[in-house]
Amino acid sequence: MSKLHHSRVPAYLDFTQSLTGLLLALFIVGHIIFEGSILLGPDAMEKMTLFFEGYYLFGERHPIIVTFLAIVISILFVVHAALAVRKIPSTWQQYRTFRNHMRRFGHEDTSLWMVQVVTGFAMFFLGSVHIYMMMVNPEKIGPYLSAQRVVEGWMWPLYLVLLFCVVLHAFIGLYRLALKWGWFEGKNYRRSRKIMKRIMRAAIAVYILIGLASLGTYVSIGLNLENTPVEKAER
Amino acid sequence: MSEPKPRKLKINILRYDPHVVGDEPHIDTFEIEEAPGMTLFIVLNDIREHHDASLKFDFVCRAGICGSCGMLINGKPGLACSTLTSKLPEEINLAPLPFFELIGDLSVYNGKWMRGMNERLETWIHHKEKELRSINRIEEPMDPDLAEEIYELDRCIECGCCVAGCGTIQMNENFVGAVGLNKIARYKLDPRDERTDADYYELIGDENGVFGCMTLLGCEDVCPKKLPLQSKIAYLRRQMVKTGLNENVTKCNCLQHEEKMPEH
Repeated sequence: MSKLHHSRVPAYLDFTQSLTGLLLALFIVGHIIFEGSILLGPDAMEKMTLFFEGYYLFGERHPIIVTFLAIVISILFVVHAALAVRKIPSTWQQYRTFRNHMRRFGHEDTSLWMVQVVTGFAMFFLGSVHIYMMMVNPEKIGPYLSAQRVVEGWMWPLYLVLLFCVVLHAFIGLYRLALKWGWFEGKNYRRSRKIMKRIMRAAIAVYILIGLASLGTYVSIGLNLENTPVEKAER
Repeated sequence: MSEPKPRKLKINILRYDPHVVGDEPHIDTFEIEEAPGMTLFIVLNDIREHHDASLKFDFVCRAGICGSCGMLINGKPGLACSTLTSKLPEEINLAPLPFFELIGDLSVYNGKWMRGMNERLETWIHHKEKELRSINRIEEPMDPDLAEEIYELDRCIECGCCVAGCGTIQMNENFVGAVGLNKIARYKLDPRDERTDADYYELIGDENGVFGCMTLLGCEDVCPKKLPLQSKIAYLRRQMVKTGLNENVTKCNCLQHEEKMPEH
């Protein structure tokens, strides 16, 4: 068998970028639904919180589980960011060349990549703040505590921008992953691509709606907190 | 009933000849009356015959198989000879394909880049033992379906549209482009080529090769021959990751390969 002279590293980097991206995107697919449980009422959200704290497994709350999950997510987040940054234009010259190409070309998938660059860059900051807060204050997640953080803690502007960034980035990313690795090509890969793009658009719309509705609900709970016990019920 | 009045096409051409001292890039506008079944090939010849004999552009076959007349048509790469004016708005902007060496006006030296790419990727059958045999020997039979599949990829005319539509190559000029990756996919299919996956990894297993592709799919969407570029690049990516991560493919430890720079 012939020997490999080239480095194996590029293969690892490419694979790992896609793998971390896939895991993060799938996490977001779940995250926004779980957080949207508030739309079914504070009790549903409370149950969701208890579930992730292992209450139904151990009979008592262990917020440390959430911390552990946040650590795993932040590792994926940092690895994915480090690998993705290789692709981001790093000089003004590169940026200008790409932007000119994109404008002249008017090609949707080329422009979608720029959306990935912009949203990804924004999430270096927005995502870091959010993940760190969840990591260090896992016991402060709940229908009323989260609402308090959103309103009194002034998190709603950050969550609002983060919602758009993360939903766009995750679903455009999933669409691009499928094309990149040739998943779901079927018999006619061009037709599959059209279908996947439609699914991507629909998913973006649905998730932004769910996200906005749940953020709105937290805000409205947060504004009416005065008469409500904020602390979690002791169990 | 009179025939509908033919459209007056406004053709804006980005003109510049780097070989003419003092020439500067500028736009020349020509007005042409549209005719039925008119292609940009006809338009450009009309301009050269009746308006400006100095206009430079390339044509050979006027049938979409020579790959000479690639240009930016309203910003999108395409072949002038197979583009009907009826599919375009009244105002048509023409510019040379970017990235390639400019000869003048709409004429670019894409052949030079293509030759470099072909040499770099060694786009020919590697068949050591049988190379020395007589030229008169009968070729081994090939499964017709496989032959068809190879032929499908062999339809590439090296027009350069995929390169001009590639966002990756804009930022990394050493990228091999869809045209290069398609050729590797073609030789990889061919049972006459004895190269292994590890050999192909040497050629495209880095960020100038398949791992550089950012899947923007400009190539796929502009290819005038409708080659299955998206699908073939995805295939190569899977194969090259498999090869790169395969521990059974022995890594050579010779130091001189570590820092090997891509050749232009």
